[in-house]
Formats: sequence, structure tokens, C-alpha cells
Amino acid sequence: MLRLTDIQLLYGPIEALRGVSLEVAEGEIVTLIGANGAGKSSTLKAISGIHAVVGGSIEFRGQRIDGLPPHEIVGRGISHCPEGRRIFADLSVRENLLMGGYLLPKSETAQQLEQVLAMFPRLSERISQAGGTLSGGEQQMLAIARALMCKPALLMLDEPSLGLAPIMVAKIFETILSLRQHGLTVLLVEQNAGAALEISDRGYVLEVGSVTLSGDSRALRSDPRVVQAYLGG
Amino acid sequence: MFLQHLLNGITIGGSYALIALGYTLVYGVLKLINFAHGEIYMIGAYLGFILISLIPAMPPFLQGNVILMMMVVLIVAAAICALYGFYLEKICYRPLRGAPKLTPLISALGASIFLQNFVMISMGAKDQIFPQTIGMKTITLGGVSFTLLQLVIIFSSIALMALIYWFINRTRLGVAIKATSTDPYMASLVGINVDTVISVTFMAGSFLAACAGVMIGLYYGSINFTLGYLGGIKAFTAAVLGGIGNVPGAMVGGFLLGIIEALGAGYFSSEYKDVYAFFILIAVLVFRPAGLLGKGVNERA
Ligand SMILES: Nc1ncnc2c1ncn2[C@@H]1O[C@H](COP(=O)(O)OP(=O)(O)OP(=O)(O)O)[C@@H](O)[C@H]1O
Ligand SMILES: [Mg+2]
Repeated sequence: MLRLTDIQLLYGPIEALRGVSLEVAEGEIVTLIGANGAGKSSTLKAISGIHAVVGGSIEFRGQRIDGLPPHEIVGRGISHCPEGRRIFADLSVRENLLMGGYLLPKSETAQQLEQVLAMFPRLSERISQAGGTLSGGEQQMLAIARALMCKPALLMLDEPSLGLAPIMVAKIFETILSLRQHGLTVLLVEQNAGAALEISDRGYVLEVGSVTLSGDSRALRSDPRVVQAYLGG
Repeated sequence: MFLQHLLNGITIGGSYALIALGYTLVYGVLKLINFAHGEIYMIGAYLGFILISLIPAMPPFLQGNVILMMMVVLIVAAAICALYGFYLEKICYRPLRGAPKLTPLISALGASIFLQNFVMISMGAKDQIFPQTIGMKTITLGGVSFTLLQLVIIFSSIALMALIYWFINRTRLGVAIKATSTDPYMASLVGINVDTVISVTFMAGSFLAACAGVMIGLYYGSINFTLGYLGGIKAFTAAVLGGIGNVPGAMVGGFLLGIIEALGAGYFSSEYKDVYAFFILIAVLVFRPAGLLGKGVNERA
């Protein structure tokens, strides 16, 4: 469904991605792991078009999407829930969700809102509250819920478990699994490599802007290099 | 006497509020003060003048009806000004997106000078006197005198403010303006075309400024190509007073400034009428830079 071929991305003189290639197939959960600064978030930024790539190509469902503006990429069915949640703090929970469904036809908005709220009942209780007043865990739920409002085919989550209590982390991972059951494809970036590899089908290991390892999640989990560097073994 | 000044202050304050909304909305999405906004207001006044001069050529059912005529003039002038706002952003600001903060400021000054001279050359440097056609009869009620025109102006300002408030809080595009103001990066990630939102914001602000221009022109009876300068600074003061970037703040700031000006002119000296705004601007910047309704300290105006 998604294919990145040799993409390069720069921040001024800094070369954040030096030829990354990866693939995500329909219905898969794919994890990107790597140390801080390895280029995980940059990879997602390249896909969602929020930061332009300078080389390589990105194909989604057989069509090139690199070079398209972010709103068109969302329109193609890729939703990016970025690092740090980025809730619209002054907007109410409802408005945050409505913005998530900005590109949805008006007739489908109410129904999609209902469906998303059914998945996150806690958000219904807070529906009129300003997004900025939610707790960290609630904000993360809102961020995911907002990313789901546009009915994406591919959901990209950047460190959804960051800074959450273990029980919340478990809940988020549970949510990801149940989303896949509903046919969603997920590209997941996680510091929490153990848990991420547990729920995903395949994984890629990024090191300073390049893919150094990839394969089946189960195989990666027992690979000594992964165990040593990312699973604290 | 107090009530009389209050009423005059509200009349003029409503227009300040409408112009201030343009400053505040644009500041929200771009974190930029559009210093050419006063010129849009001035052009609105001239468009109002042109349209009202055309009234004798309009169908009679329009001529007899003050409210209907006012609406037609306002809407046409405002729609044309919205286009001015659209192109102002497209030509003067969009190419400078991402440039240092001072650069669009210089561009704004250039646009101001251009638009002033454009109006001066096409309409003449002399004051233009508005044809006194509508609602000029003075009504006195409980010691307060006013004209029907004045009531129509107050009512129109309030209606326009209600309209923009509704737009921003109840429509998808309006909420997208708020979302873009808080986090343009995230706004584009949810699928908002930020460029479109910025254009719409300029158009909405210019629409309101044009309405203010028509109303001020009618109220004072004469206009000049330089009127955007003082009007712009006063409305900017109103926006800062209410808290730049804050929509209800711009409304409160506008009315407050109008009322202070009218009371100052009535009780102290009308010669200094235009100075009060500057006193307020300095006082706000010194004592409460975030404005009355602004939140804590964020970015400086
Ligand atoms: N906006 C930016 N400006 C300059 N350099 C940046 C910017 N964003 C990222 N970088 C650099 O690009 C490299 C890759 O960053 P990226 O955010 O993709 O890493 P990451 O793998 O997501 O790390 P983390 O786990 O810390 O989130 C880093 O060296 C980082 O310093
Ligand atoms: Mg990251």
C-alpha cells in the first residue's frame, strides 16, 4: 500500500534521512524503532508531506504522493498523529474532532464523530471542555481520535505511549490492535520497542537516517542486535 | 449629556471594533500585523461613497427603504473589498512567508502607500462629501438626539459582529481559522489547506473593514484618501486593548475606545479627540501588554 524508495530529507544542512526505503502492506501494523534522532519522526513527516523530501519517491496505492501538499495527502487516506499530541488547546474536544474530520463530506461527519466517540467514551464526557485542559492520557486519546476522524486507510502514530502511565499505554496498544481489526493499516513509531514489536507484524530499525535492520517482528524481537540496543537485554 | 456621548461613542466604537477584528484575525493566523488594513477600510469608505452617489440611478423601491439600501451598499462595498484583501495577501504577504518578521512589515507600508496614492489619483485629493440622502432626520428622545442613520449603523455593527462570531465558532471553515491560529502545523496535518484559510481570513477582515468604512463615511459625511491612516491606528489600538489575536477582545476594545474617545471629546476637549487613542495604546503596552482579554504573556504585538 505504501512504498518509500530511497528517500532523503534535510533540515538545512542536517541530513536527517539518507536514503530510507520501506514498505507497508494493507492491513499490517508496521513499527519503526530507533534511538533518539534516528529519523523516525522525519520519516513520518516525509510521508505526510509536512516536510518535503529532497530525493527518492513515496508511493501510496500505486501513486506518487511526494511533493503533494499535506492536505491532499490526508485526502488520499493517510492520517498522521504527530509527536507531542498537538491538541488544539483552545478548541473544545468536539471542535478538535471536527477538525480531524475537516475533509470528510459534511453528511458523514456526525456519524463518524459518533463512531469515534464510541471508541473513546471518556472523550464524550469531556466533549465541551477545551482540549488543553485534558490530562496527558486524555489528550493522547483525543489525538488518536482526531486522527481517525478523516476515515484514514493508513494511520501513522508517532510515540503514542510517550509519558503515559502503564495502564494507559496498555490501553493505547489495545486500541491500535482493535483498529487493525477494523481494517486499518498502522505505521507506528515507538520508543517502547518491546511493546511495539509485540503488537506489530513487521518492523524496521532506523539508525542515523538509514534502515539497518528489518523483518518480521518476532524475528526482530529475538535478534541479538535489537535485544541489546532497544530491548535493554 | 453622558448618555449622548455614550451613544456617539457606541456608534463610532462599533466601526473601530469591525476594523480591529481584521487586525486580530490576521494576527491569529499569520502572527503578523497587517498595517495595510487601514487602507482597505479607506477603500471601503470610497466604495460606499461611489455606490451612494449612484443611488439616484437605482430602482425606486430601493431608494425609499433606508435599511434595504444600507444593506445593498454594505454588501457590495464589502464584497469588493474582500477581493482587495485577497489580493493584498496574495501579492504582498504570501511571497514573503517565512521571511524575517520585518520584511512583511515593509511590504505592508509599501502596499499602504500604493493604495493611498491609487485612491488619491483616481478619486482626487480633496475631501469627498457624502450625499446626505438617508436617515438624516434628528430624533430626540429623553434628551438624547440621534438620527435614524445612527441607529442603523449601531445595529449593523452589532449584526456584523454576531455574524463573524457565528462564522468563527459555528462553521467548519471558521473553526479551521481558530485551529490554524493555534497550530498551523497541526492544522495542515488534519487536512486544512492553510493557504485557503489565510486567504479567507484576509477576506473576512476586509469585508468587515469595508462595512466600517461605509458607515464612518455616512456618519461623518466626508471622506479623504488619508483616512485609513488614523482609522487604522485607532482600530489597531482597539485590537491591542482587547488583546491582539482575541476576537471578543477586538469587539470590546473597539467599543471601549469609541466610548472613551466620545467621553474625552465631550468632557475634556474635542481638539484632543484623536490623541486619546494613543494614550490608551501607550498605557496598554506599558501596563497590560497582553490586552484586557489576552492571555498572560505570549507574543508581543
Ligand atoms: N525541525 C528540525 N530542525 C533541525 N533539525 C531537526 C529538526 N527535526 C529533527 N531534526 C534532526 O533530524 C534528526 C532526526 O530527527 P527525528 O525527529 O526524525 O528523530 P526521531 O527518530 O524521531 O527521534 P526521537 O526518538 O527523539 O523522537 C535529528 O538529528 C534531529 O536533530
Ligand atoms: Mg521522534
